[in-house]
This record gives sequence, structure tokens and C-alpha cells, in this order.
Amino acid sequence: MTESFRIGFLPLVDAALPILAHELGFAAREGIAIELIRDMTWATVRDRLLYGHTDAAHLIAPLAIATALGRDRPPVAMAVPFVLGLNGNAVTFSIALAGAVGLGATLGDPAAIGAALRDVAAARRGAGKPLRFGVVHRYSSHNYMLRYWLAGVGIRPDHDVEIVVTSPPFAADALAAGEVDGICVGEPWNSIAVDRGVGQIALATAQIWRRGVEKILAMREAVAGERQGAVEALVRALHAAAAHFVMPEAAEESAAILARPEYLGAPHDAVLRAITDRIRVVPGGDPVHYPDFMFQYREAANFPWRSQAAWLYAQMTRWDGTPFSESDAETAASVFRPDIYRAALAGTAAPLPGASSKLEGGLDEPIGAGSVQGRLVLGSDRFFDGRAFDPDDIPAYLAGLE
Amino acid sequence: MRIAIIDTSTTRAAIISDGLREAGLDDLVLIDPAGPLVAQVETARPEVVLINLENPSRDLLEDFFAMSRALARPIAMFVDQSDAEATGAAIDAGVSAYVVDGLSKQRIKPVIELAIRRFQAFSTLQRELDEAKNALAERATIDRAKAILMKRRQIDEPAAYALLRGQAMRTNRRIGEIAEAIVTSDALLGDME
Repeated sequence: MTESFRIGFLPLVDAALPILAHELGFAAREGIAIELIRDMTWATVRDRLLYGHTDAAHLIAPLAIATALGRDRPPVAMAVPFVLGLNGNAVTFSIALAGAVGLGATLGDPAAIGAALRDVAAARRGAGKPLRFGVVHRYSSHNYMLRYWLAGVGIRPDHDVEIVVTSPPFAADALAAGEVDGICVGEPWNSIAVDRGVGQIALATAQIWRRGVEKILAMREAVAGERQGAVEALVRALHAAAAHFVMPEAAEESAAILARPEYLGAPHDAVLRAITDRIRVVPGGDPVHYPDFMFQYREAANFPWRSQAAWLYAQMTRWDGTPFSESDAETAASVFRPDIYRAALAGTAAPLPGASSKLEGGLDEPIGAGSVQGRLVLGSDRFFDGRAFDPDDIPAYLAGLE
Repeated sequence: MRIAIIDTSTTRAAIISDGLREAGLDDLVLIDPAGPLVAQVETARPEVVLINLENPSRDLLEDFFAMSRALARPIAMFVDQSDAEATGAAIDAGVSAYVVDGLSKQRIKPVIELAIRRFQAFSTLQRELDEAKNALAERATIDRAKAILMKRRQIDEPAAYALLRGQAMRTNRRIGEIAEAIVTSDALLGDME
């Protein structure tokens, strides 16, 4: 009998892999079926997952960790056997803020834009109307990437600027309505804001962290345990979909599928630009090519590094003001399950890292990395401020940020 | 116990509040979906918040709850693991609830159960309404198709209906579908003669 997975998702380009695995037969080839359940808020995606409306979900990584830690609710053990992609988000300013900061017609330097933004933020705060940024969820990589950048250029989040929540499908509307001065959101919502003439893209999040962990495939740990064989088949199907997704000749078809009303319900061209790393920065402008804007496959991008989860946990303690705890750090890192990934892809052509954790942000140049299967090369994974993250000494990392 | 109701459907919100009132829970605040959500909730200071599962403001609302931990009366999510069945039923019905930390389960349970029943009742009502609307629309399409046949084939109404019915039976389709096809093709091709 074919095992079926109901997978929850929000209308975002990086929901591509489960959608394509279903539409293009990668799931069927692994003997499983996928049913996609679309929602409009992360809270609903999470609730359906926790109460069995869905078996797995396209989810923001920090929300899976917060759920396992029991932040704001009773804890539920979670498992992440597969990373659906790195980066693919952007910071978009309102036209007025873009003008005040003096954004150019291409993607600029994060430190230089940050310095100009600091002056504007100080002036606005002085005038009693502090700048306000929208992020997609309190427990989102968007929140942590934006805060990392702001703090790194000397702008204190929650003090110099306000940060509020706006779910992805409403982010461009919030910018258009003047409710926020900037948004940090996934595609196609930045491009939609630009195409509507209400925003200008300031930065790709890949400029803040070159290899930043983004959406993950989340499930309850109980499901991962009870349905081990089927979960491994799902991982293989998603991996095959990822290999297909990054082929240039596949982009047109992928964009056409994703753009459909039942998936993203978004303009084909905006979706295609995101997939092909071409970013329209200013309304009416020519798209700018920014390599690795979205990063869905190479360098074992889908491997759930425990150190990625640890970085997210470090940001969570930093911004929630909760004290660092060794046991929480362990719980958070253990949400990411390289063991399932390895078991699923053993005996295939996929490169499998030998380690489960690494120094994040330590590479300037591509370098060969230890693998138990295949040849693995990791590219530069720098943070914009050059700081590296050692998952084995989070307290020292946090102390260094103060 | 003050209960705030946030719903994108004002009709459903009214149905729920009626039910709660009948059960003697009359300290109710209906949040205006068109107004500023957080400000209204903050002013109402509810102990229980009922919100439709698919409400687009849920991420925003949860962020507000997390931020307001600093307040004297922190709000926690209801979804209690010890009562997963009831919470599952709530999610099935399409309702989500948040309660002030420390509120006893005995007091919350009837509210949630009532909300679930009212949500389900609303869904049934909605379905019946949709079905009635569809039936009405189909009726109108069939009448238009009959009129087209009567005019173009110079036949009377019973003959036109017999024609529709015969075609539906032969092709194993509903009469409504046949009528729809006739109306569509007449709109596209009707003036070609």
C-alpha cells in the first residue's frame, strides 16, 4: 500500500521541493504519495502538524525548535530530517525609506547600507516615530537574520527600531499600507512588493549569512519514529526534487507549477526570477543576477546540520532574553536529525557529511569536507561581519556579541 | 471569565457569542475584524481568546501574547497536551483558543466544547447554504438552456427538457452540466447563423 504524507505549507517559493516531488513524480517513484495542505499563517501550519491534520510541514526552522523547547506552549518533540533550502529571503524597504537611506539600483554592501540606515533610524526615533520592520514570525530565520544585521551595524532592535510580525502573504500589503517601513520575508513577496511599486530590495539575506539555514521539513518525532521507512522514502523524494529544481532547464516548468492558484497563486515571472537568482531590486528596473540567492541542493544543502539548529537556538536566547541552558541547547540541536538523512540516502549518489556539526561561518573559500559517501565540497559560508559560530561554545559566542 | 471572540466571519462570531450567552457566559467581547486587532485585545484584557484557526492574524496575535508575558497576567496557549483529544477536536472544527495562564481546566473545558459545537453547526449551515445556492444556480441555468433549445429548435418546453434529460442519460452526466454546456456554446456561437 502506498504510504501517504499530508504536508502543510505556506505560499512561498521555497515550498518548491514537496510541491515538485508531488507534481513531477519523485514521490511516486519512491512509492509514497504527497497531499499538500496550504495555509496562510505559520501558527496554523504548526497547529495542524501538532494535532495530526498533517504528517509533515514546510516550516520556518526556529519554530520547530521553539515547539520542541515548549516556548509559549507545552513542548512537543520534533524531528527535522531534511533542510528544504538555504536563504532565498530579502529585506525590502518602502520607497520612502529606500530614498532616505540612498539605496542604489543594485544590491549594495550590508555594512554601508546599515550605516546609512542607522542615521535614518536615529532621526526617526528622535522624532518619536521609530522605524518599524515586519518579519514573518517571532520564531523565524527572517527575524534572526534581520536582527543579526541590525545589531551588527549598531542598530538596537526593539530599542532603536520596532520589529513586528506580519505573515508572508500579507507582508507586501503591510508595506503598501505604510504599516511598516521594511519587511524581511521570503519570495515571491519581496518581488511582488517591488512589482507593485511599493518597495525596493535592500539586501538578500544571503548577504547577511552566505549559507543561512531557512525552511525545513518538520514532523513530530513520534511520526519520524513510527514511520521510519516511509520518512526515509520522503527524504529521497525531496532530495531528487531538489536535484531537479536547481537544473537551469527546469526553472520555467517549476515556476509555472508553483505559480498556480492552489500553490502560490503568484505571478509566474516573480517566481521565476527567484528560482533563477535574478532579483528586480527597484520597480521597473532590470533584474540583477545574484548567485546563490536561493540555495536548494549543492554542497549537501539539505543536510540538517546540528550546528545550524544550535545557531538558531543561540539567536533565540539572545533576542528572547532567556538565559542560555546546556540542556535546551542540546534539545534544540537534537531537533535536526542527520541520522535520518544519512540512513535515507545511504547507497545513493548523494554526498553524506561525516560530521553532524560544523563551525558555521568559518569558510572563505570552497573546501573539501569529510564525507562518509561521495565527494563533498563546502563553499564560503561567511556572515557579513566575519564572525564565526562555534556550536560547542555558545556562551562565549553570545558574550562576544554583547 | 471574560472571553474575546476573534473571527473573520461576523456571522459565526454572533453564533458563538449567542451560544456562550445561553450557557451563562456573558462577559463577552467581540473583536471587530476590521479594526486594529492587538489594540482591541489589549483593551479587552480577556482571559480566554477564541479565534478561527485560519484567521490571517494568528501569527501577529501569538507574537502579542509572547510579548505580553511581561504583564501581570501572562497569556499562554490553551493547547494542553494532557487533553490532546479536545484540542484535536477544536482544530478539526476550525477553532483555536488561548487562555490566561493558571485558569483551571474545569472552567475552560465547557467554553472550548461549546465553541467546537458552534463552529461545527456553522459549518453545516454554510454547507447547506452553499448547496441551496448551487441548486438555485443550476435551476436558472437549466431554464436558460431550455429557452435556447426552444428558440433554436422551435420546440415546446417539455420537449426541450426531454432533450436535455436524454442527453444527460446517454452521456452519464448531470442535466445541469448539459445545460451549462448549451448556455456556454450559445454565448460563444449563438450569433453565427
